[in-house]
Amino acid sequence: MNDMLLQVEPLIPALRRYARALMRNPTAADDLVQDCLERAVSRWHQRREGNTRSWLFTILHNLAVNQFRQSAARGRHVTIDDTNENDFGQDAVQEQKLIYQDVLNKLAKLPEDQRAVLLLIAVEDLSYADAAKVLNIPIGTVMSRLSRARERLQQEIEGTAGGASRNVLKLRSLK
Amino acid sequence: MSSRPITEDDLHAYVDKLLEPERRTQVAAYLEAHPDVARRVAMFSDQRDHLRKALAPIADEPLPAKLNLSRITENRRQRASPLWWAVAAMLLISIGGVSGWVARGSIPSSSSGLSALAQEAADSFKVYAPDHVRPVEVRASEGTQLVQWLSNRLNQPIRVPDLTTAGYRLMGGRLIATSHGPAAMFMYDDDRGDRLVVLTRPMAADKNAPMTLQSREDVAGFTWADGGMGYSLVGRSAVESLRPIANEVRRQAQTI
Repeated sequence: MNDMLLQVEPLIPALRRYARALMRNPTAADDLVQDCLERAVSRWHQRREGNTRSWLFTILHNLAVNQFRQSAARGRHVTIDDTNENDFGQDAVQEQKLIYQDVLNKLAKLPEDQRAVLLLIAVEDLSYADAAKVLNIPIGTVMSRLSRARERLQQEIEGTAGGASRNVLKLRSLK
Repeated sequence: MSSRPITEDDLHAYVDKLLEPERRTQVAAYLEAHPDVARRVAMFSDQRDHLRKALAPIADEPLPAKLNLSRITENRRQRASPLWWAVAAMLLISIGGVSGWVARGSIPSSSSGLSALAQEAADSFKVYAPDHVRPVEVRASEGTQLVQWLSNRLNQPIRVPDLTTAGYRLMGGRLIATSHGPAAMFMYDDDRGDRLVVLTRPMAADKNAPMTLQSREDVAGFTWADGGMGYSLVGRSAVESLRPIANEVRRQAQTI
């Protein structure tokens, strides 16, 4: 048990960061991390040898995917417009912070699978092989998905992703 | 100087700082000679940098009480108190008492025997093992509810085989509909993500039957029955590696 505390506890901030970037809603994200930790505690003795980090991210990612499916099935998907600009807990006063906030808003427009691969690799520093394990896809798919995610994010940043931004506008006007 | 051609993957690995120093130098030289590609790579690097900086504050926030790992561990220990286990055991015993009556009422028929069970297990494996989203209905983390629920539905005290010594970890289980009534399915996976399925249900025919091997296409399995309960273990692994696991499942089932 002590071993579990030592290995899992330092990773909780990263799990929170991933969950929040994926879900955007801080409360839902922390609920997800809590769920993940409970599973980690109860399955600790059954875990695979080796990388605790990718093991935890796998649990968390699967929980997030389940949640996406469930909310999609209920027809009440938590889109970026259900959350407000301050969900990332930042006071966007400085120009730098505005840029960061903007990149997060653009990231939120990417499909879930592209967002996930980009976050795991570019932010959480998982290797391509570990990301493949977490996402349960071949490494070749990780690479092509990562490439699509980066191209798409760039289009969003440059404002050339026509269809997607129109959808967002439509959602906003319904509010 | 000739080197391997630069690939898209190299460019991403360059952005993610995952290249070996030698390859990194080669990619850097390539980028110097190709400003268009370099511009794209620089944009990707900026994205990465901005994302990291934008999200960094989240990891610095103090953790809320509900994410206190010691507390989560403590709560779990309290839930699994001896009293709780005693209640669970009593429930299982009472379910077991009722089940004898139900199993006796069925009419034996040849198609409900061992071969039918083997087929049901192979079908369940083919349907659920490739499922990456929801291979099981109830996860291993809710093990006690899983056992209680399946025991209830099968009118039999069910025990989940523990295959950790064979390197397989319980993922969870689900209820399966067969033409011979409900069956309990348990799924396991190993370090490589290879999955196994154990299917068990009360038997109307072949109440006691020796272990038989069946293999069709690339799926292999062992099926047997003891004391009115049939069991079938199915996987994609080689027969030699499945046999000891089947023996282990059988050994554990006999000690209920």
